[in-house]
Amino acid sequence: MYSYSDFDESFVRSRVAQFTDQVERRLDGSLTEEEFRPLRLMNGLYLQLHAYMLRVAIPYGTLSPDQMRQLALIADRWDKGYGHFTTRQNIQFNWPKLPDVPAILGALADVEMHAIQTSGNCVRNVTADHFAGAAADEIEDPRPYAELLRQWSTDHPEFQFLPRKFKIAITGAPNDRAVTRAHDIGLRMHRNGAGEAGFEVMVGGGLGRTPMVGRTVRDFLPSGDLLPYVEAVLSVYNTLGRRDNKYKARIKITVHETGLEEIREMIEARFAELRPLFGGNDQRLLSDIRAAFAAPAFRNAPTGAFDAFHKSDPAFRAWVDTNLAPHRNDQYAIVTVSIKAHGQTPGDATSDQMRLLADLAEKYGHSDLRISHEQNVILPHVHKSDLPTLHAALVQAGLGTANIGLISDIIACPGMDYCALATARSIPIAQEIALRFQELDLEHEVGPMKIKISGCINACGHHHVGHIGILGLDRAGVENYQITLGGDGTETAAIGEKMGPGFAYDQVVPAIERLVTAYLALRSEPAETFLMAVRRAGLAPFKTALYGAEGAQDAA
Amino acid sequence: MSRPFIPKVVTANRLREGDVVYLAADNRWTAFHHEAELITDEAHAQMRLLHAAAQRLLIVGAYLADARPGTNGPEPTHFREDFRTRGPSNYNHGKQADFAS
Repeated sequence: MYSYSDFDESFVRSRVAQFTDQVERRLDGSLTEEEFRPLRLMNGLYLQLHAYMLRVAIPYGTLSPDQMRQLALIADRWDKGYGHFTTRQNIQFNWPKLPDVPAILGALADVEMHAIQTSGNCVRNVTADHFAGAAADEIEDPRPYAELLRQWSTDHPEFQFLPRKFKIAITGAPNDRAVTRAHDIGLRMHRNGAGEAGFEVMVGGGLGRTPMVGRTVRDFLPSGDLLPYVEAVLSVYNTLGRRDNKYKARIKITVHETGLEEIREMIEARFAELRPLFGGNDQRLLSDIRAAFAAPAFRNAPTGAFDAFHKSDPAFRAWVDTNLAPHRNDQYAIVTVSIKAHGQTPGDATSDQMRLLADLAEKYGHSDLRISHEQNVILPHVHKSDLPTLHAALVQAGLGTANIGLISDIIACPGMDYCALATARSIPIAQEIALRFQELDLEHEVGPMKIKISGCINACGHHHVGHIGILGLDRAGVENYQITLGGDGTETAAIGEKMGPGFAYDQVVPAIERLVTAYLALRSEPAETFLMAVRRAGLAPFKTALYGAEGAQDAA
Repeated sequence: MSRPFIPKVVTANRLREGDVVYLAADNRWTAFHHEAELITDEAHAQMRLLHAAAQRLLIVGAYLADARPGTNGPEPTHFREDFRTRGPSNYNHGKQADFAS
């Protein structure tokens, strides 16, 4: 795992010292709120509905056990004993008090973490495939590139005042688990005809009020050219991006208004200027960083106990079937720990759960933890012989839920239970859907299903790329929920289509149930997933399920 | 004819704690919506908002929120303001816990 250099350490410490002083000056009246607001946002501190909220970056979703324990300590000492993992590999504390925030940032710096650039019009936390360094389908671990991008973008003088926020996601595998097509820049590693690894560079993806799938500006970028090319994209955007209208300021609008060909030419021209200036320093740095991400010393041991357990214990088998993913070492598995027990808040972990996960990662997972954008925790390297013991420990702590990728594994933003921007609640909708399908005992029968819920048009809950997307709105002073169908956040990315009139709060769960019933009735075979069925059969049968035969006509 | 003025309360968050508060007629900042001053005159509302905004060592983000008279005092009319009087719906945190009787 990457460890801070002296430079990183002194930079983060100096920012903590600066912010400590800024908070003091706000509290004694030397700074007005107008002056203080941009300073607190630069350090991840928001004012939300009921309290302040501190957003802490988890770069490329990777945490050490000590970092996880420190998050637990912060939750206990300065918050309410829990943290919320977000859809962009951050953790949010929902109840910090302003005078305590400098101490919290100090505690984060103690474990090489910070909240810098988790807000504002700058390059945000670079996100990555949460199975990085472990997945069987991976070409190369994308995290060294993500770390290189983090170092380059942190406090980059040219890119601190971009037209709008800027999000980069990277995956080292052809299968996209990082929603790269919904980012300002998406980087997807693949091999060219000569077998060399490089990146497909996608630009201008994004959700929010104008959802767009990223456009490919380079089919194949040699991985050694990554940094100058990304800088060229940022540079063109910084010049062209609209600062006159907040709603047209993201790069997706720049790409749309400029045209793909023209913007590609501008990027290439800028890249030709920048590339010679890099002089190989980026590659030397990358090679140092790479050493820090060396694979753990995998154990070579029999896996017979796993096979026997898998045959004999149905609860274990159900968990294995849903929560495990193939590891590149076939004696190992990638374990996704669901922090979405039915009825729980998606993405929330208590301090006790955090500490247990840290302990289990040390005991059984080569001391590696990941946070996924789907708001779960991953132990990326578990030897199969340890799985029965690990599973038992998780079950005992209420973390053994076998629902990854199923209907109760819902992404939800904090919504109007916390967020000042929200127009409706998300969390209780997620809780009620999960509980209802548990009651029906249907979720394993339904199979792969991604429900994603946002509490406003900004789409932090990724509803546009949900197989079923739910968007909470305020319609004439009442919560109202719009449903979209057919969204996809993978390498076959698609924006879901709006079904018709929205549903009142208490009508959402029955509406979802009708959609699922319709799917079960029309699927050609159990192997045809919900998304495949929507693609084959179209929206019409689902509109009928939602609105009845006559209503579907009106909704068409 | 101009529309009738919808009654308002002045609300904000405490600077240090972030807690939701309301401006009472006697200039206190109270945690309880029903203790807020219900303002029925537009000019008076602007004066009270100015008064609130000046208290920058106590509160942050003051604004006028729609309200209506109720049996115990002003009540919120919009669900967002209703949530702000209590706290989140997923945990017993915030005011609903702090002032549970």
